[in-house]
Amino acid sequence: MSAHHPPERDVSLRMSVLRTWLAKRLSPDALAWLDGQIAIIETGDRPLQLGVAISLAPRKIGKADLNLSREEHERGGAARYGLDATDWSTDQAARILLALASFRGDDVAFAAGLERTLATAEIGEQIALLRGLPLFPAPGLILPRAIEGVRSAMQPIFEAVAHRNPYPSEHFSDAQWNQMVVKTLFIGSRLAPIQGLDGRRNAELAKMLIDYAAERRAAGRTISPELWRCVAPLASEAEVAALVAILRDGTDAERAGAALALAECPLPSARSALASSPDFAAAVSDGRITWNTIP
Amino acid sequence: MFIDPHAHMISRTTDDYEAMAKAGVVAVIEPAFWIGQARTNVGSYKDYLSHILGFERFRAGQFGVRHYCCVGLNSKEANNEALAEGVMEILPGFATKEGVVAIGEIGYDEQTALEDKYFRLQLDLARELDLPVMIHTPHRDKKRGASRSMDVILEHKLDPSRVVIDHVNEETIQEVKDRGFWAAFSIYPHSKMTAERMVALVKGFGAERLIVDSACDWGVSDPLSVPKTAALMAEQGLAEEDVRLVTYANALAVYGKSGQMAEADWLAPPPIDQRTLYQGNTVLRGGQAPRVADIDAKLD
Ligand SMILES: [Zn+2]
Repeated sequence: MSAHHPPERDVSLRMSVLRTWLAKRLSPDALAWLDGQIAIIETGDRPLQLGVAISLAPRKIGKADLNLSREEHERGGAARYGLDATDWSTDQAARILLALASFRGDDVAFAAGLERTLATAEIGEQIALLRGLPLFPAPGLILPRAIEGVRSAMQPIFEAVAHRNPYPSEHFSDAQWNQMVVKTLFIGSRLAPIQGLDGRRNAELAKMLIDYAAERRAAGRTISPELWRCVAPLASEAEVAALVAILRDGTDAERAGAALALAECPLPSARSALASSPDFAAAVSDGRITWNTIP
Repeated sequence: MFIDPHAHMISRTTDDYEAMAKAGVVAVIEPAFWIGQARTNVGSYKDYLSHILGFERFRAGQFGVRHYCCVGLNSKEANNEALAEGVMEILPGFATKEGVVAIGEIGYDEQTALEDKYFRLQLDLARELDLPVMIHTPHRDKKRGASRSMDVILEHKLDPSRVVIDHVNEETIQEVKDRGFWAAFSIYPHSKMTAERMVALVKGFGAERLIVDSACDWGVSDPLSVPKTAALMAEQGLAEEDVRLVTYANALAVYGKSGQMAEADWLAPPPIDQRTLYQGNTVLRGGQAPRVADIDAKLD
């Protein structure tokens, strides 16, 4: 969050970053269409135009992957801390840009417009707009839209909020955050793409995950090795014992997760358990195994 | 590969999706319809349209089936004027969304004045937006109802090559073909049209502009009607190309005129769709068993 900037400046900077990305990739016709729509939306005279333009975006400008260069990524991160547009497509960037164009200095009006647009959005529109959350003004007012997104039964909509998105770790309460993290595992999704995961570990989350692991074990089901990432610093001797058993008997991925967790657990028993598996201990300490490398 | 160009998947189970994908159905078209009881306000209609364009598309994609929609005000609910007015206001916004291939299913039920009014308004909308149209022909007084539908469509200056007349039978096929429309047949286990009769119709009239669909919904209906009819046609000696036309290519040709449906959608989907909306059809991937990963974990 850049409290030193007025939001109008942030919005115009962010718009210029998105437009620069798109200008390099779109045909002159497509870019002209986009600029024309932005100009209409910016006047605020035609409130329905935002929804129309967002709907038409893929057919006007296509759905190719953005595939940003490293420099472009960095410019994005400079315009908005933590912005990660990996996996974005041109229509998604355009839809976010169109939504930003509807901001006319009034936070409440912007949030209401976003809510209206999302209320009738088809699935692709929802994914795009939720990926845009970190770029939008009025971050506090749009929180209900983010929460609604992680409540979705549609995994790609859930992941549009949860993955590669700095918004949740900045704005979710502990209860909201914990629900999101547990649900990520519950639906078989990945924790690694969640931003700010380690910084928001908390005792309540650890307890929920420990209970969830017990439930899975009782049902004879596998436990994601990623689960232990949010448990490790808060583990008790019982969890250390469970991790020791995984390190001994698990699959390669499970053993890697257990080793990482034991390394991050402050209990002396965890240290000695890891030391008794020198191969894994070495792989963790020299960075060959990290939470991002676990499949 | 098959296309089922009339399937109310919102009323069907995951077993159906699995079976359809396994049988080679690569795409379905879900027309907006009457859900078995009347909606009482435009809010429920709006949420219904969002649902078929949202959650239903997601469900289909999980099973490797591409999902498209027709949006429209059905004839039964056109008789609730307050609702109908509200729906007409929201319809243009939905009609321009991605994956909307037609205005439909629209037409007559009891052939009331209100049905006529909203039918005509929606034909105008289709013309303005340059979208194909799917026409529901009435179950009662079908022959005259179908005839009247075609009169009104031509009166509103729509090109019949962009209009599908659905639920056609032996009584209505001749006029539909003569007037240049596409003729779709809903193959039902008990009523409307059976696979055996369909075979005879293709033999008699040729495959040109004929389309087979299941019109599966919340009633007794069969989501495998299209592949089953194709199998029967092959068994009874129809040419492979004719089978392909009526169970795949004709539907693609007419609804593809929307610019929102193309073979590449399932044969070479854009990477963004593969990452998010479309798991890929196991039949296209070489026929291994459909992957239904932890379905119970998704019942959240
Ligand atoms: Zn129907």
